[in-house]
Amino acid sequence: MTKELLKGNVAIAEAALRAGLEAYFGYPITPQTELLEHLSKRMVELGRVFLQAESEVAAINMVYGAACSGVRTMTSSSSPGFSLMQEGLSYIAGSDLPCVVVDVMRGGPGLGNIMPSQGDYFQVTRSAGHGDFRPIVLAPASVQEAIDFTVLAFDLADKYRHLVVIAADGLIGQMMEPAELPEMRPSSRSAPDYALTGAKGRPPRAITSLHMAAEEEEAFNIKIQQRLGVIRSLEQRWFEYKVDDALLLVIGYGTAGRIAYTAVESARSKGLKVGLLRPQTLYPFPEDRISELADQIEGVLVVEMNAGQMVEDVRLAVGGQAPISFYGRMGGVVPMPDEVLSNIEAAYERISARYLVE
Amino acid sequence: MDSKDSLVCGIEGMELVYGRPQSLTEMHTHYCPGCTHGIAHRLVAEALDELGLREQTILVAPVGCSVFIYEYINADSCEAPHGRAPAMATGIKRTQPNKTVITYQGDGDLVSIGASEIFHAAARGEHITVFFVNNAIYGMTGGQMAPTSLPGQHTSSSLDGRSTERTGFPIRMSEVLAQLDGSAYIVRRSLHDVTNIRKAKKSILTALKVQQAGLGFSMVELLSTCPTNWGISPEQALTWVKDNMLPFYPVGDYKVTEAVKGL
Ligand SMILES: Cc1ncc(C[n+]2csc(CCOP(=O)(O)OP(=O)(O)O)c2C)c(N)n1
Ligand code: SF4
Repeated sequence: MTKELLKGNVAIAEAALRAGLEAYFGYPITPQTELLEHLSKRMVELGRVFLQAESEVAAINMVYGAACSGVRTMTSSSSPGFSLMQEGLSYIAGSDLPCVVVDVMRGGPGLGNIMPSQGDYFQVTRSAGHGDFRPIVLAPASVQEAIDFTVLAFDLADKYRHLVVIAADGLIGQMMEPAELPEMRPSSRSAPDYALTGAKGRPPRAITSLHMAAEEEEAFNIKIQQRLGVIRSLEQRWFEYKVDDALLLVIGYGTAGRIAYTAVESARSKGLKVGLLRPQTLYPFPEDRISELADQIEGVLVVEMNAGQMVEDVRLAVGGQAPISFYGRMGGVVPMPDEVLSNIEAAYERISARYLVE
Repeated sequence: MDSKDSLVCGIEGMELVYGRPQSLTEMHTHYCPGCTHGIAHRLVAEALDELGLREQTILVAPVGCSVFIYEYINADSCEAPHGRAPAMATGIKRTQPNKTVITYQGDGDLVSIGASEIFHAAARGEHITVFFVNNAIYGMTGGQMAPTSLPGQHTSSSLDGRSTERTGFPIRMSEVLAQLDGSAYIVRRSLHDVTNIRKAKKSILTALKVQQAGLGFSMVELLSTCPTNWGISPEQALTWVKDNMLPFYPVGDYKVTEAVKGL
């Protein structure tokens, strides 16, 4: 396979169908729409299911139905549409069904705008719907990573029978980069043992998120929590750069993480001992590696395209071992590398000042 | 297990003429005395038996009093969020076009919170069959006004009778969906007496055949009782359907396409 110039949204769509996507349901919304458009053509060509739903509410419930059929299924949207999916996501989680949801995040709250944002961090990692569950959340920082994470998303969804969200910001969805697509997987996959296929020669199956007795519901919740425990211990993913001797650790994901990378490179060229940790999974958060690094570092700078939603997770992982500062832009504004660099320099200066005092 | 055997009850030489359909489980329903949800379940189960569809049926349950229908119908089933059954059924039918996909929904579920989902499923001509149980009230939550509650009807959220001035007018969903080109078979029947129950059964069979033949969206609306929340006896409830619901919601065939007539 060779690299081709691909737009993020199209790359995710094509990667999804090559990973074995059998049924897609979605509703147009910028900056995600090319994903839906690409699948409207390709899924039909391949004789698979594509349906433009009447709303995101319907789309996620169609996904819910398709997941009951036991097929690989997906929807995609952007922030306001993701909000509308919360009820369905919670039912899917409450039914132990796998599916993949792409949120190409845009500026908010409200209708906001169509510019790139990471304002849905809380929503995707914490409140993807009511009740006690958390999806696995993958955050790509390039078109190539968007492709790789899409394939990974389907595999993780199947492996854990769990909801996987790809949280891309509008820039990842909209930009074009050279990237390599995976080979087309053979699409023959037998129906899993929970699938509703008609009770022929076996007792009927029921898929429901309803457990009337509190103890039963609690038992189900414990099962989810145990699974999340396994996910937390096995699936933390991150990218790191020059952390070995770093005194300041910059943490950012997606587009913000990529911009932070450029800023860290510049800081290094100025002789500052700065490293980068870019979470690739927002849930499970790469807390183990961060708390390990917290022993060694003297300060942390979090960079995001929101008001600092990830800071809570960083704070928990750092556990008070180093001071944490934050730099972010909101409302669809993408920070520039120099802005991040000057924040790195300021944070670094505070570390040096502390050293001088000591 | 063949349910006929279990119901012969060891009476030798007696032929079983009326038993539990195989498509009904042996579970006791939780419905109130006089509630016609049970009759509706039985009719659907009989029809699935008669058409030999049980083993290829996937049922989508609603949120409402009939939420547990998946414990009573002896077929694969799932339970949708309130009002979303037609969307869920769409996801199932599109991925398993050879299966029989049915939804069973109350009037709060279908006409209020799920108005959009049912409307678009019908407009798309989704090959699903919908059993719409209209009891003009929110049963499960304790008898609040539904979009189908009659003008002047007393409910727990319209204590002095539904005011059309404040709350607008009831929606006749069968008439509405019949307007859409995607619907193939839309009828309203009633469960208040034997004659009407038999007609309802026939229509349920037809609706399922419409899906089997791939003719489009089919729906049978069933006028049903809720004695508990109407605050009257089971017997009075049957009369209430006849006297109050029938004039407002006339039974009849609202959409029967030529292709369906040819079945
Ligand atoms: C999103 C959501 N809103 C509200 C409810 C509460 N609720 C449960 S059943 C119901 C009404 C059901 O009435 P109907 O569909 O007429 O069925 P019936 O109980 O009368 O058979 C409501 C409002 C819910 N479960 N989910
Ligand atoms: S509350 Fe009404 S609809 Fe619900 S089971 Fe009782 S009688 Fe039936």
